[in-house]
Amino acid sequence: MFDKPPTMKHADNSKSTVGHSPPRKDGPDKVTGRARYLDDLAFPGQLWGRTVRSQVPHGRIRSIEFDPRFDWSGIVRVTAADIPGDNIVQLIEDDQPMLAHDMVKHREEPIALLACADRERLEEALLHVDVKIDPLPPVLDLLLSTHVFKSYRIEAGDIKPAFADSSLRVVEGIYRVGHQEQMYIEPNAICAVPREDFGVTIYGSMQCPFYIHRGLQRLLKINDSQIAVIQVVTGGGFGGKEDYPTVLAGHAALLARKAGKPVKMIYKREEDVAATTKRHPAVLRYRTAVKPDGEFVACEIDVVMDGGAYVTLSPVVASRGVLHASGAYRWPHARIDCRVVQTHTPPNGAFRGFGVPQTLFGCEAHVEKIALELGLDPLLVRRKNALVVGDVMPTGQRLTESVSALPVLEAVAARSGYAAKREAAMEAARLPAGSARARKRRGIGLSLALHGAGFTGSGEAHLKSRAGLELTASGARVLSASTDIGQGTITVFSQLAAEALGVPLSMIEVAVNDTSRVPDSGPTVASRTTMVVGGTIARAAEAMARVLQGYVAQTHAVPAGEVCCVGGIFAARGRSLAPFESIARRYLDERGPLVCIEQYELPPGVQWDDAAYRGSAYPCYAWAATAVELEVDLDTYEIKLLDLVTASEFGKAIHPVLAEGQIEGGTVQALGYALLEEHIYVDGRLLNTRMQNYIIPTALDVPPMTTLILENPYSRGPHGAKGLGELPMDGPAPAVAAAVLSAIGKLIPDLPISPERVMKALHAA
Amino acid sequence: MRLELRINGSVRSLEVEPLKRLLDVLREDLILTGTKEGCGEGECGACAVLLDGQLVNSCLVAVCQAAGASVVTIEGLSSSALTPLQRSFVECGGAQCGICTPGMIVAGQCFLDSGAAATDEAVREAIAGNLCRCTGYTKIVESIQHAARETR
Repeated sequence: MFDKPPTMKHADNSKSTVGHSPPRKDGPDKVTGRARYLDDLAFPGQLWGRTVRSQVPHGRIRSIEFDPRFDWSGIVRVTAADIPGDNIVQLIEDDQPMLAHDMVKHREEPIALLACADRERLEEALLHVDVKIDPLPPVLDLLLSTHVFKSYRIEAGDIKPAFADSSLRVVEGIYRVGHQEQMYIEPNAICAVPREDFGVTIYGSMQCPFYIHRGLQRLLKINDSQIAVIQVVTGGGFGGKEDYPTVLAGHAALLARKAGKPVKMIYKREEDVAATTKRHPAVLRYRTAVKPDGEFVACEIDVVMDGGAYVTLSPVVASRGVLHASGAYRWPHARIDCRVVQTHTPPNGAFRGFGVPQTLFGCEAHVEKIALELGLDPLLVRRKNALVVGDVMPTGQRLTESVSALPVLEAVAARSGYAAKREAAMEAARLPAGSARARKRRGIGLSLALHGAGFTGSGEAHLKSRAGLELTASGARVLSASTDIGQGTITVFSQLAAEALGVPLSMIEVAVNDTSRVPDSGPTVASRTTMVVGGTIARAAEAMARVLQGYVAQTHAVPAGEVCCVGGIFAARGRSLAPFESIARRYLDERGPLVCIEQYELPPGVQWDDAAYRGSAYPCYAWAATAVELEVDLDTYEIKLLDLVTASEFGKAIHPVLAEGQIEGGTVQALGYALLEEHIYVDGRLLNTRMQNYIIPTALDVPPMTTLILENPYSRGPHGAKGLGELPMDGPAPAVAAAVLSAIGKLIPDLPISPERVMKALHAA
Repeated sequence: MRLELRINGSVRSLEVEPLKRLLDVLREDLILTGTKEGCGEGECGACAVLLDGQLVNSCLVAVCQAAGASVVTIEGLSSSALTPLQRSFVECGGAQCGICTPGMIVAGQCFLDSGAAATDEAVREAIAGNLCRCTGYTKIVESIQHAARETR
């Protein structure tokens, strides 16, 4: 374990960079303004595109009228009637139209599209499209919805006897979380360029180029060779650019095909916030039977999530959510239900954590409630029940390695000074209410989280992700569809390839993410990029290394088993033979291209039964604990964060500075979820669509943070690495709730813990 | 209207709509695309530039207000080599997706140029008008403090 990983003392090129932190490869372009995002690219003859949207949450379209008195010259108009192929947004179900033509099911649903070279005329034209809709009653409350998109049940043991056992305490609680907006600083942005073969090339800000590649073939009735999707530098995603860019690319492509010109669509901030996907709201009911000493015996959990109007990714969000709903604990008996339902609101989708921040909040807040009702220290309750190697999860998965619930918990408890601070908070609570000191109450709280790495269940088995690299005259080029959206994919993949080939990092380049040139390594989601795709690239690089070693053995007449490459120099028996580049050039001249592509295989023994919903939901889990110290002002109800400590175990940090960046950034998004971020809907319309009224944390909202990284390598990850990206999103919100409980003696069961909710809790009877 | 601006040290004469946003003049008329737009209402700071040495959000400045003034954008901070602050951002992990980075670096440079002591609080105050959704700010604060140590 190390507090401050070795930073930036970039080892000389002959040394390994894995576990060190070389400068990120895209860094210089990003700090000079040279990095070109979609809005920075010029396309000759390009038009701008805009969307005509529904102003009602539910209804039947009667007519779409283009004002005959308006001058429509030079303006391209598209409705559903212009769609050559299937009018659907391809994802899990085919229920969402690319353009509504009959029914509208949510506010802001796209109905028609306009494009024009002149942006002012385009805005004017939008005002001259009259969509008449006969309204229907909307369902806006998830608990009133009877339309279930998907439901799951996990059962282990038998909960009935436990709840009937009078020696056990039954603790119940209901917890609620709302929407959360990804709020990447670069809004969704796509440009579609029509091609002579009637196909289209898409450039854009995105996480998953192959989603668009597949989706647009059906929409436009074109084949695989008529489309290329190219990811350009992307200004943040966090899940918000997983599936939504398919909608935007579809719209831009429809306009571009009709116009015969490139069409760029960049959402205004208000449009992006109002119309695109968010984190699913949820209501979580926990009922538990526990021994008086805090040992967990049984849980009955019921989760309802709001999917919004269409299915999108909801089944898999709910699946990951329900699989984490019992937290990082042993439950001999469990029954866990989850259903995701339809409401007439914009579809919810992927956001870092993908269902887990919701269920983990319910679980961890409920652990606080159990401790409160039993009169125990919540740290002791967590310690008593935390999963260890050999334990069995409610799905029947036995944990065999790389389990660190207790180590992360103990690391955070020790570093944060939890015991003394909790004691001080309890002491302060006994002060007379009138004294000045008592008007500001300090508290400290903890949470424990786990996050499964990679796709859920049989997801990775179905995906069969492919990635690899090709030999170049100056080194090697990584080929994958995994996008760098800020997290550092390009740098980490380069490290893994350089390590396996035995060459300096500078000899590895990463191919432009173009679906016509790179293999489909699956979407950039689910904390899978380093473990699944990075591991596949490392294997491909090892395969390439073997080919080249064999070639060197032949050309230099040495035994193949003795050739190795270190620091970019091939050597055998301690004798240097030739630099990597000269071998590469010779190989390419003599034998032609060398491309090594591997396919990801789930580790042996990792099996999942979709029908029974049992087995190993994930090959492994990452673990994190968070401690938050804060102060609650009893007069203004403001909460001031004072200190935050996290400990994370995700196998191995390939690049510690990037890993810390993931932890710190995810933690701050989670602090926004905990304290600030709330969407207000009235009659299905989102009222706060701007950065002025949907508040994300600024530098002044963030407390000093201590980021501890524990290593516990996973035998099947590259250098032991598991997934990290989503883990830090899971734990901070319940840690804040626990700290508020410690400060004021009230458990606030809803997020965000706003001053209004603090006031309500303090004034409740 | 015709007006003159001193952009990154050189005087440019432009024929523009007086109420056009300085941000759009930079990006569209001068092809200085390093300055970004995140919200268009002065909340995110991705469009931050220096106007006569003052940190401003260029989305809130009509170009006529900048007539005759000196404007420094991210492109004007470095020529061939990275500045100490830019180098710090690369080395300390201050940039992730990079869309807030130009504005963040302009704000950070403005702070460094002020000569104020780079305490945690002062640095956080200096970048409070710049939103970052990736880093959680810790590494940005470290980057600015690191550059302050390097340059003083």
